[in-house]
Amino acid sequence: MKIFKVIAWIALIAFVGIQFFPTDRNESDLIPQTDFMLVNQVPTSIQNQLKESCYDCHSNNTKYPWYNKIQPAAWYLEDHVKEGKSELNFNEWDSLSRRRKASKLRSIIKQVESDEMPLSSYTLIHSDAVLSKAQQTEIIEYMRQLKGEAN
Amino acid sequence: MSKLRSTLGVVAIAFITLTAVSCNDNKKEQNKADGDHSEMSVDGDHSEMNHDNSDGHHDVDKNAMAINDSQDSKAEVILKDYFNLKNALVGDDNAKAKDLGMALTKSLKSFDVSSHSNTEQTELKDIIVDATEHAEHISESDIAHQREHFKILSKDITDMVAITGTNKKLYEQFCPMYDGGSVWLSMEKDIKNPYYGSQMLNCGKLQREIN
Ligand code: HEC
Repeated sequence: MKIFKVIAWIALIAFVGIQFFPTDRNESDLIPQTDFMLVNQVPTSIQNQLKESCYDCHSNNTKYPWYNKIQPAAWYLEDHVKEGKSELNFNEWDSLSRRRKASKLRSIIKQVESDEMPLSSYTLIHSDAVLSKAQQTEIIEYMRQLKGEAN
Repeated sequence: MSKLRSTLGVVAIAFITLTAVSCNDNKKEQNKADGDHSEMSVDGDHSEMNHDNSDGHHDVDKNAMAINDSQDSKAEVILKDYFNLKNALVGDDNAKAKDLGMALTKSLKSFDVSSHSNTEQTELKDIIVDATEHAEHISESDIAHQREHFKILSKDITDMVAITGTNKKLYEQFCPMYDGGSVWLSMEKDIKNPYYGSQMLNCGKLQREIN
């Protein structure tokens, strides 16, 4: 029991300690002209769902509820935002060429279809981001339609 | 005392999150190790050194060389890497396709568009950026994903050839079954399907001849 307590204290100190490490916040009030929602006629339900499920990692503005501000959750997000944005940034959608848009749309469809996005490690703490089968279908149909226009 | 207990709770959560986060990043490394078996087994077969024609080995080495010398900045090099990649997918060889995805990424990046007109340059650069991204993904994913990316890559390469031209004779082939219909390029007239591999090797038909 004693050893357990010691370990718990060390872990606690470590946990408090890591809170003082700085992280880069991904925050911006600006919604650029090139945003996916501004250049496409996106139905409101899909807008809301994409913002809830994808924008934290795929835009210039991550929402930070309390659990996203504490470590190690903040680190987790920092890494994924960096990687996620380099793959796809909804805020910069219209700066992509037609070819690139078609390519990204395809990739979005595949990721949603195969349950790979949103990342399961993320929906673990952020359950609102989970997409139901119906929501998946709605998003996929819409993206398909956009892709038809882009080709 | 109950305070201590709730702190313990927080610590436990912290631990779980930390472990969860650190597990997450291991995924990528795991497939690197299994790159080179196919060459190894060839050596094994020749281990009784009685035959004097040890030339069999050299053929294998030459193939490996042909795959690697992608210094040139011409479209032909990109095509060569693309066909090697296609053959790896035909052979269901995930590890080899990864290596070739890497090789293709390099040859795409060193592609020099300066000999083309301005409009062609814009188009080519666009194609190259897109194709590079797919080649990169192919270099780090499982075979199902590789095939998904290979589909769009094939479109990019077809569009590229339409601009650059090529001294090779190419065959555009089409498989109606894969993902609502998918195209690929080949140097042989015979159908060998890169989207299904051994599962449905001969599915598809010749759609167009280039040159
Ligand atoms: C927790 C952060 C996170 C969330 C939330 C998230 N993604 Fe991602 N996304 C990533 C990361 C990291 C990558 C790059 C690594 C990878 O492909 O797994 C990525 C990659 C992608 C890619 C490119 C993948 C490829 O192989 O071409 C697409 C498309 C994508 N995400 C779409 C989405 C969509 C659509 C949503 C919402 C339904 C979403 N993502 C939610 C982090 C996230």
